Amino acid sequence: MKVDSYRFLPRSFRSYYEGRGPFAGEEEPVWAPFEKRLQESRIALLTSAGLYMKKTQSSFDLERERTHPEWGDPGWRPIPAAADAADFGVAHLHINDEDLLADPEIALPARLLEQLIADHVIGSAASEHISVMGYQERSLEGWRDKTSGEVIAHLRSQGVDGLILAPA
Amino acid sequence: MPVLARWIERAGIPTAVVTMMPALAEERLAPRVIGVEFPYGHPLGVPGDTSMQRQVLELALRVLAGADAPGIRVDLDVEWPIPLREAYRSWQPKEASPIVKVLLETGKRPG
Repeated sequence: MKVDSYRFLPRSFRSYYEGRGPFAGEEEPVWAPFEKRLQESRIALLTSAGLYMKKTQSSFDLERERTHPEWGDPGWRPIPAAADAADFGVAHLHINDEDLLADPEIALPARLLEQLIADHVIGSAASEHISVMGYQERSLEGWRDKTSGEVIAHLRSQGVDGLILAPA
Repeated sequence: MPVLARWIERAGIPTAVVTMMPALAEERLAPRVIGVEFPYGHPLGVPGDTSMQRQVLELALRVLAGADAPGIRVDLDVEWPIPLREAYRSWQPKEASPIVKVLLETGKRPG
């Protein structure tokens, strides 16, 4: 089965995404070989669903997006691997958050990753995964200048061997 | 998100993107792409369906670890179990996002 990338997108939005080609300055392939066996590897997760820990972290900035509709909060939040579903808030104005709040695993499958460790599919998981808010300015300026560097440092500090990204 | 994956990959950390829009991730040259035909907000699948979620995550991990060159795309052969019209409606926010409101008010098309 070949996935229809536009199945759930309003038809008038298709031209926004289709046939745009590579991002400016990102025209060449990039590659980091996966060196270890999966069973010996430490894996991290990254979601763009705007998840945050509602008791200890601030929400992504939705108020500014409401007054500046082309802007999206470029920050990120570390998400403890052991967080409970009840600890999560969702800050994302472009999707319905009901399913995410009911089961955050549909965007950040940290519990499932723990199960895969128990089943010896992977070796270990990052102690803190990563959350961003996927709606961004077209230039990706905030992600480029700040967030990407901080996220990379965070992944390195945890000795991560590979990252699964799940856009919301 | 495909561009963020590229920046992280360039820093030496292998990445795999699980996405509802694999065509876009391919165009943006994400190194490893796993396509899922799921509604937005649900890259791993149906809430509470750990079996489905595991299918997605295990496929992503196999592609992450097993691909040998950039540009690989593997699509998951699983159909969304909820009728299209209902699923199409239910992923969308109750209130239109700020940018969509602007587009609707001005009659412009996005982009």
